[in-house]
Amino acid sequence: MNRSVRIMTTMLSVLACAILVGATGLYAQDAGVPASAVTAPLVQEAAPAAAPVPPKIDTGDTTWLLVSTAMVLAMTAPGLALFYAGMVRSKNSLSTIMQSFIILCLISLQWVLWGYSLAFGPDKGHLIGGLEWFGLNGVGLEPNVDYAATVPHQAFMIFQMMFAVITPALMTGAFAERMKFGSFLVFTLLWATFIYDPLAHWIWAVGGWVRNLGALDFAGGTVVHISSGAAALACAIVLKRRLGYGKEHMAPHNLPMTVLGASLLWFGWFGFNAGSAVASGALATSAFVVTNTAAATAALAWMVVEWLYRGKPTVLGAASGAVAGLVAITPASGFVGPMASIAIGLGAGVLCYGAVLWKSRLGYDDALDVVGIHGVGGIWGALATGLFASKAINAAGADGLFYGNPAQLGIQAMAVLVSVTFAFVGTFVILKLVDGLMGLRVSEEEERMGLDLSQHDERSYS
Amino acid sequence: MKMIEAIIKPFKLDEVKDALLEMGVQGMTVTEVKGFGRQKGHKETYRGQEYTIEFVPKVKIEVAVTDAQMPRVIETITRAAKTGSIGDGKIFVRELVAAVRIRTGETGETAL
Repeated sequence: MNRSVRIMTTMLSVLACAILVGATGLYAQDAGVPASAVTAPLVQEAAPAAAPVPPKIDTGDTTWLLVSTAMVLAMTAPGLALFYAGMVRSKNSLSTIMQSFIILCLISLQWVLWGYSLAFGPDKGHLIGGLEWFGLNGVGLEPNVDYAATVPHQAFMIFQMMFAVITPALMTGAFAERMKFGSFLVFTLLWATFIYDPLAHWIWAVGGWVRNLGALDFAGGTVVHISSGAAALACAIVLKRRLGYGKEHMAPHNLPMTVLGASLLWFGWFGFNAGSAVASGALATSAFVVTNTAAATAALAWMVVEWLYRGKPTVLGAASGAVAGLVAITPASGFVGPMASIAIGLGAGVLCYGAVLWKSRLGYDDALDVVGIHGVGGIWGALATGLFASKAINAAGADGLFYGNPAQLGIQAMAVLVSVTFAFVGTFVILKLVDGLMGLRVSEEEERMGLDLSQHDERSYS
Repeated sequence: MKMIEAIIKPFKLDEVKDALLEMGVQGMTVTEVKGFGRQKGHKETYRGQEYTIEFVPKVKIEVAVTDAQMPRVIETITRAAKTGSIGDGKIFVRELVAAVRIRTGETGETAL
């Protein structure tokens, strides 16, 4: 106990030092502003023809990106928080909400300090961003033409922050109802730094090696969903099953809460996918339409398959299907048309339902089906992008198999393989490390009592 | 005196209460309970995970009556609580050795 407190204190000290260093950097940056302001007119007078045209901020694009950012925030809290909290037993509902909520706070800070710099900062060997942008040093209000030429660089940064936030929050479904809160915080911080940030760099950053292969991932199917799904599998394996799994009653304690959460996820996903156009216009609209179509199709598909197979159309099934469809359309949303999105939604509903059924046979306890929905749905989406992508939708993308370019499917499969392997192995190592340092699981007594009381001294319903 | 305990389906509570009041029963105690008999619970399915709910929610009514009232009370509950399908419940009768009305100190049948 004392040991985990010491480790927590050390981590907090590191954060505090990082803030100090960051603040010093910002001070230096501020001091530099007047100097350049003085020299700028002189330079312009001296050589007006040679001055490059400064990128112009588009207010429509900026508005849409900032609104999208707030919508993606709402996916984590309250969306995911409620979606998951409804599915756990009442004694763990508050702690489940807390995990999503506190990830929002923790990663917001991590991203500003070093996360954004590692993910999108100047490329080092195609593997990681440098620390030049530590504390947002140099990430200002002028557009960065590499990522978003028409919005302030900080707008792009904070939009990306919400993706870094939701990814570890998705994973909490795998270790729900049994992880120590302190260990969870340390694990999340390490995971964001050593798994998410490098992976985001590989796939999205200029110079990232998977991006250089030509892999298509419009809004984070690989970086967000496949990585959280593969990491979730490692979590379920390392943390082992909940006490009483398979014997005791572990039914969801509040399904209306879950459906409310799923609906908020759906709402926020328009920011996630259509916002990823990083511009307000045709591409954002196209992504918006296919996102909604895929979600609706997948919800219907899951419901019908379950109805045929089990005899009853369930509410949890419809809600889960919608989320599975949203996951699957994510990488494809900027590259496919409406008919393709129906096919992608259909596949997501059927495949993810199958995966969730299959889980019980494999015996691991992925409590809230992160592997079945985000892992399997994400992999299907990434591969489907290789099938249905079309340059007619997005000239900056590529054609998929059905548009005469079978090679794209291979590239997509490669990106899937890389993300699954890296996220699974990396997560496994981090979990073992944290387990050795401070232990991952609460005691048997604490687990029986529930995490709300044992970790927070509070309860949802008093 | 007898204590009559009836375990019935929750949605039948109002009908049973009205029928008992109509035949002259003055009061009763009602508790929400769970249990099973030959009905043996039901199944719930969440994402394919099946749970057997062994303890089914029921309502328990306790009525204290005179020996003379007993047959009619049993007959009334049986009639009002009956749906004819499995899980309608059961009635148990015990000897009641004493009764006291706290406000007045009355005892025996006058306290019922």
